[in-house]
Amino acid sequence: MLDAKIPNGELKSKWSTYQAESKLLNPANRKKVSIIVVGSGLAGAGAAATLGELGYNVDCFCYQDSARRAHSVAAQGGVNAAKNYQHDGDSVWRMFYDTLKGGDFRSREANVYRLAELSAPLIDHFTQQGVPFAREYGGVLTNRSFGGVQVQRTFYARGQTGQQLLLAAYSQLSKMVKQGNVKMHPRTEMLDLVIIDGKAKGVITRNLETGELKKFMANAVVLATGGYSRVFRLSTLAIGCNGSAIWAAHKKGAFFAAPSFTQIHPTALPQSSELQSKLTLMSESLRNDGRIWVPKKAGDSRKANEIPEEDRDYYLERKYPSFGNLAPRDISSRSAKEQIDSGHGVGVLKNAVYLDFKHAIERLGIEVIKDRYGNLFQMYEKITGINAYQEPMMISPAAHFSMGGLWVDYELMTTVPGLYAIGECNYSDHGANRLGANSLLQASIDGYFILPNTINNYLADEMKYDQPDISHDEFSKCLEEVEARIKMLLKIDGLKTVDHYHRELGKIMWQECAMSRNKAGLEKAISEIKELKSEFWKNVKVTGSNNELNPELEKALRLADFIELGELMCLDALQREESCGAHFREEYQSPEGEAVRNDDEYSYVSAWEYSSGEYQLHREELNFEYIKPTIRSYK
Amino acid sequence: MRVTFKIWRQDNSKVDGQFVEYELENISRDMSFLEALDMLNESLVLKGEKVIAYDYDCREGICGQCGVFINGRAHGPHANTTTCQLHMRSFSDNQVITVEPWRAKSFPIIKDLVVDRSALDRIVESGGYITAKTGTAPEANSILIGKEVADLSMDSAACIGCGACIATCKNASAALFTSAKLTHLNLLPQGKVEEGRRTLSMTKQMELEDFGHCSFTGACEIECPEGISISNIARMNFSLLKAKLLK
Repeated sequence: MLDAKIPNGELKSKWSTYQAESKLLNPANRKKVSIIVVGSGLAGAGAAATLGELGYNVDCFCYQDSARRAHSVAAQGGVNAAKNYQHDGDSVWRMFYDTLKGGDFRSREANVYRLAELSAPLIDHFTQQGVPFAREYGGVLTNRSFGGVQVQRTFYARGQTGQQLLLAAYSQLSKMVKQGNVKMHPRTEMLDLVIIDGKAKGVITRNLETGELKKFMANAVVLATGGYSRVFRLSTLAIGCNGSAIWAAHKKGAFFAAPSFTQIHPTALPQSSELQSKLTLMSESLRNDGRIWVPKKAGDSRKANEIPEEDRDYYLERKYPSFGNLAPRDISSRSAKEQIDSGHGVGVLKNAVYLDFKHAIERLGIEVIKDRYGNLFQMYEKITGINAYQEPMMISPAAHFSMGGLWVDYELMTTVPGLYAIGECNYSDHGANRLGANSLLQASIDGYFILPNTINNYLADEMKYDQPDISHDEFSKCLEEVEARIKMLLKIDGLKTVDHYHRELGKIMWQECAMSRNKAGLEKAISEIKELKSEFWKNVKVTGSNNELNPELEKALRLADFIELGELMCLDALQREESCGAHFREEYQSPEGEAVRNDDEYSYVSAWEYSSGEYQLHREELNFEYIKPTIRSYK
Repeated sequence: MRVTFKIWRQDNSKVDGQFVEYELENISRDMSFLEALDMLNESLVLKGEKVIAYDYDCREGICGQCGVFINGRAHGPHANTTTCQLHMRSFSDNQVITVEPWRAKSFPIIKDLVVDRSALDRIVESGGYITAKTGTAPEANSILIGKEVADLSMDSAACIGCGACIATCKNASAALFTSAKLTHLNLLPQGKVEEGRRTLSMTKQMELEDFGHCSFTGACEIECPEGISISNIARMNFSLLKAKLLK
């Protein structure tokens, strides 16, 4: 049984109790400590900057050319905080409740409460750092509501909230780089984790410009590498987002939790061709004013504006009258899939539904809509060539956020001592489904507020031991293994490209392990992925060498990991015989097609241990002391 | 569609580069420009050749990592866009498309179309932040900021740091980039306190990085994906003069 190290006492005081009781490291000793942070998004940059500020020596790595490019930059809609500025009944408790319920009771109460508790000071923190949040004319901050909740608790900076929060974190990181406390390593990828005496002690990296492999030692390693939904190939994630660092950690002993919980976002732009490399996300905030519909008649080939009201099916409003177009992401995505699968899809590939602003424009006027969503409408027109002020947008579900990730305890430490995972790459606060505008929040508080307060607890003891350095045999062994793997990939010289295999993997995953799953499909997927893996290692073709900037080699290394991760995702989905949140097992649904959760048997976090290609399941039982699990109904 | 790509190939900044022509067929008009390059790269791999290195990441116009000259214009034929948001429908059948890396002394070529823009990070490191430690912030609504000011600050804060303004400037000036960051922070009450010091150090760093001087031709504003206004540069110059006088 896994111990999440949840502090004793009342829910409301768990975090303050933890902070009061955890060990500290005095400032003189912090100078002697080095910490590796892999990733420089909101979680990574926030952590690296704060740890630098505290006086630690930090090495921070990112694969992009600058920390400012991390994919947190792309989040559009906003960041949640329970400030109740709008007096619409919001509170820390309500946010905790919404998040726990939204995650279908598959997350930890203590973590979720802390998420809500730290949300309000986070807004103060970002405001102080110069985030130009949207304001009222009188100068106070304004809010909007976001998918899945009925209060206005989302703070935003136009449709570029992620960009502004990331730039604030990047600017704080830059300050610490200048001060010399953080050393930034851009265009550098972590390829392996070094474990000595059972503890995380360093990483092996590859300089993407020169191919040089290097050893880095530290007293603790923090992974902040974001989500792994590129396993589906087509996703809303940046092309470089990958799971390699967490996969390396998993293979070195870190348990992987709930790998199959992937959020499928309901408002992406539909795929338009086979060779497409990614799907673009449209902010979910569009659902505040846009109405979603499909033609009532399957296969209706009329243009959207030619279809009269009586022939339109506003299916979310019909099925979920109290939430309507704001129904949570899993429900909205699955409902869209039902419409598409039953022949009501629209667009060239019949894989989309309409998101219509006609009524909002009539009600509010075009200027209001332009002010609220102008940049999103521009983006839509750039990509599709369609003016959405005049005809409805077309949207489609797309693989988006990974709720799963490395298992972490209340301190955000993985099952490997000294190895932490923060932000999207961990499994913690979102359960089986993430509420809109909670991802920026979780990444930020993990990096800024939680990790810098929990890592001391480990380091205070760790300081008592002798520290190994990079001359330790384990470093050389890891480096040689990485080198051998790269050489092997370059030697295959087969007939198929990396992208070919990625497309194949993506098809299997999207078909069998995305919006809905079933036993037969998952079993088939597992066997197909195994075949794909063996075929990849026999027949992939990677040109160029290791000693240069080689984008094909980078892709090949990442894909090799994605293939293995894809198999574990299917295994996890197969094992969980219930429907919850993003995990919808077709065998477990009500006669009306709603998800049926099985709390008696599955109220636990699945945490998988890797051992020579086999996976063993461990369970962290979830105890709900404060909120009794209820059925999520949005009708 | 069928096009001819004329692409700059260069192994690193120490050796010479040259244009190489590639024919590419069966391109869909809805495909993005970068997807067409991906398609070209796949065909190169199958022929056993090295792929063309180019920078990209988010492919939704926000990360700022992509950026090349296409037929003589930064980010291609449209104003105010990124390379990843350019689609093949913007070109005609059988067109010759010339693709070059950003050209600026301060942006050395790493390989093919990839350049080193770390000078921009160093400008930010020299003062592009508000000095506030984690956990020291006052309640957010205790500092009122009018909507107009927040909006103006946001207009500048939207800079994605792609470097198009520099690459397209005949002087390779980083004035638009630097002034956008300065305006974003200097306008806000939280950032005002450090305005003078910030302006002096960021403009100084801009010179140290060997960027050219701004001569107000305005090309930067046209090619900026976020349409950031050159009035920021005027604001920067005013702020710089003020800081020098007060120093």
